[in-house]
Amino acid sequence: MKTYYRSLLGCVAGVTLLAASTGIASAEYMAEHRGGTLRVVAHSAGGTIDPHINYTLQYWEVYQTIYDGLLKFKQAAGADGFTVVPDLAEAIPTPENGGKTLTFKLRKGIKFSDGREVGVKDVVASFQRIFKVSSPTSGTFYAGIVGADKCLKDPKTCTLEGGVVGDEAKGTVTINLVAGDAEIFQKLALPHAVILPADAPAADAGSNPVIGTGPYKITAYDPNKQMKLERNTNFKVWSEDAQPDGYPDVVDYDFSLTDEAQATAIENGEADWMFDQVPTDRLAEVGTKFKDTVHVTPLTAWWYAPMNTNIPPFDNVKARQAVAYALDRNAMVKLFGGPSLAGPVCQVLPPGFPGHEDYCPYTAGGGPKYNGPDMDKAKALMAESGMKGQKVTLITEDTDASKSLGTYIQSVMNDLGFETGVKPISTNLQFTYIQNTKNNVQMSLTQWYQDYPAASDFLYILFGCESFHKDSDSSVNIAGFCDKEINDKMHKALELGVTDQAAANKLWAEIDRAVTDKSPAVALFTPKHIDFTSKRLGNFKFNSQFYFLITQAWVK
Amino acid sequence: MAETVMTGEMQEGGGVKPRASGAQGPWALAFRKLTADRAAMVALAALILIALICIAAPLYASWSHTDPFRSNLDGQVMVDGKLVAALEQSTEGLGLGYTPVGPTWQLGNYFLGADNQGRDVFARLLYAGRNSLLIASGATLFTLIMATIVGASAGFFGGITDAVISRVLDILWAFPIYLLAICLSVVLINQSMKIGPITIDSGSLLLPIFIIGIVYVPYVARPIRGQVLSLRRSEFVLAAIGLGVPSSRILFRDILPNVLPTLIVFIPIMMAIDMLVEAALSFLSIGVQQPDASWGTIIQDGVGLLYTRPWVALSGGIAIALTVLALNVFGDGVRDALDPKAKLRIGAK
Repeated sequence: MKTYYRSLLGCVAGVTLLAASTGIASAEYMAEHRGGTLRVVAHSAGGTIDPHINYTLQYWEVYQTIYDGLLKFKQAAGADGFTVVPDLAEAIPTPENGGKTLTFKLRKGIKFSDGREVGVKDVVASFQRIFKVSSPTSGTFYAGIVGADKCLKDPKTCTLEGGVVGDEAKGTVTINLVAGDAEIFQKLALPHAVILPADAPAADAGSNPVIGTGPYKITAYDPNKQMKLERNTNFKVWSEDAQPDGYPDVVDYDFSLTDEAQATAIENGEADWMFDQVPTDRLAEVGTKFKDTVHVTPLTAWWYAPMNTNIPPFDNVKARQAVAYALDRNAMVKLFGGPSLAGPVCQVLPPGFPGHEDYCPYTAGGGPKYNGPDMDKAKALMAESGMKGQKVTLITEDTDASKSLGTYIQSVMNDLGFETGVKPISTNLQFTYIQNTKNNVQMSLTQWYQDYPAASDFLYILFGCESFHKDSDSSVNIAGFCDKEINDKMHKALELGVTDQAAANKLWAEIDRAVTDKSPAVALFTPKHIDFTSKRLGNFKFNSQFYFLITQAWVK
Repeated sequence: MAETVMTGEMQEGGGVKPRASGAQGPWALAFRKLTADRAAMVALAALILIALICIAAPLYASWSHTDPFRSNLDGQVMVDGKLVAALEQSTEGLGLGYTPVGPTWQLGNYFLGADNQGRDVFARLLYAGRNSLLIASGATLFTLIMATIVGASAGFFGGITDAVISRVLDILWAFPIYLLAICLSVVLINQSMKIGPITIDSGSLLLPIFIIGIVYVPYVARPIRGQVLSLRRSEFVLAAIGLGVPSSRILFRDILPNVLPTLIVFIPIMMAIDMLVEAALSFLSIGVQQPDASWGTIIQDGVGLLYTRPWVALSGGIAIALTVLALNVFGDGVRDALDPKAKLRIGAK
């Protein structure tokens, strides 16, 4: 996914699940901190408020406290947040029928914020709605549900017949899959699979909030001004892991503040947290004067520069490798804010990710870790490629960091012998632009953040043959890389994950090396995330899956 | 006739009246008046100085051993006898972020400090000035040529030609200038532009010249049209028509020379305006493209450093302000000398 605009995914691989039982308290609720108004700020709103459609980190963070699915990622700090726990379902079911059938038993007594009880019909209708509103992941995450193919063809009449079957008497919902899917529980734990009332509009809700079951409800939303969250008086805690109660009575989420204004507001105590990253020119100040309220967290993500393997000059593997050898990751880390904010990498899978084994062929002297660029080797490869003098256009975002990195890449590529131009495009549009194969983008600079912890989420999504679509505006394999041998291995790893995740991860590590060797993209660095909070804000928790747990923080 | 122009005196509206034998010509008079205008001469001197300094940019870069178009993230700078990194890491607190070295105030040694790529800001400022001046000059020339062709055609031929041209100019002028320039830039900046056999690459300086030049054509063409329309009805033109003089000869020998003073008055004004538009476009990353620089891109480079290295943005801003001020003051002088009663600025957007 992208931080702001997540893109489509769809794959089958396994991750370890902790089959957490219901009702296990993860932390004691401290009633003395309950109350007050938490003010959070952002540069802009995140678009539609519809949880089945919105694909932004910004609102996925907010949805955690408003909506619930059958399953949910645990609302806990750190990597514990990767754990899938039962939410509206009583337990995580044991897959039957070769992993193709999942039967969930609904908890009783859970109410929407308007007082109606959540029932089987709401669950069935919600899964149908994913297709009716053409959720961006309907064709990927949920395409494996029986009947999804018909729903994708004709969303308005979607019934998911035979795919999602409710039994009112037993209070169960059975999901039938076309084939076993080792990642189905993570997919069901994402906001696109939250349960809404059966009568929720079968179209994009836009700026009109849809009610949910969490401890808060959206009481006002103006994308140009503010989103207001207030307590859902019908909420009662049923699982501390899945949906703990929040601390503030009200959350005011204000938009239209520049990054600078956001940082200043926090420094002055006028805001409690900023969604956007601290501007680069304020880093030193913030990291010095406000070091106690700055939280730096490593992310399972990477910044990378995809090179279009289907058009010159990067249809030549040596030209791609030359760029990989020439770019100094340490310099790029410096431009990003320094080692405290990023770490250099050479490979696709981020450190600590399933399947990651240190590998760095593109460094001076070789070795598993990055040591610096090898310009001599880069120039030699460049000469062999015969691509000197070729014009290259690099598409970056129009953020300070992206433009700055783009300027550096341009400088190095010009040293190599390319004639490079840099075109910054609005952040809102850049990812859409570069994944549109019709635009024939030669090279771009972008980031990828995990949707959930699975090697396939990086390797198969970004470099699988099935992720590349000719003449499409939704081709997330931006490099257009398709190597049959590697792709076959990916399929093998996906299948293996259903039965033997450890063996699958070994295979993913091998695939990671193979993709890195072909260099369809230059791996640049893994970023760290900065959260800058006010002095009064307490109980800051960073969840590895959905980042800042907004309502778990207190202001009293 | 043209000879009359060169031996007559300027009159209101840019026309010319015959002068007594032995008196100074209108150009000489205008020149004398201009040179007597102290403010205009100081402004001209400042402009010449700025242009010369900018032209000498390669010499400065060579002398200071700096490449202003290449990232220099690991570069070092001598400050007070000590070598320091061009980009210094914050060592206090959490050690977040890098800060470029500040001004050393020593020519040839990061006089204005470094930008976030470790490049010498002063060297880039000089190169930027070359581009800013070149684009402003080129766009002004383009505007004046196009406006003269369009305005003179409309005013001289009248009728349907005038109606069509005037309406097109009205429509073009109805758009907010900056918005139009931004729209054109956004569309053209990502692709080469082809006009018949001519291809302009997306990174070429010709692109901002063309965009800025074209959006201001109505601003100049409309007064030119009015002036030509007035001249077209003047006695000496009517007499020439009556004598059967070809239209082209009347246009080139009798009318255009009378329009020339107006065009000259427009030059500094348009240069100042064009420079500001170019700076705005470049600031928005849709004008001059990296690694090239203009004063607008220098300001853009400095925005992210406002809190720590304000001189990066300030230097670009000051350069623009000084140059535009000099152009405006000089423009006032030229206007007073050539066209003392013109009110060109009143209609400017």
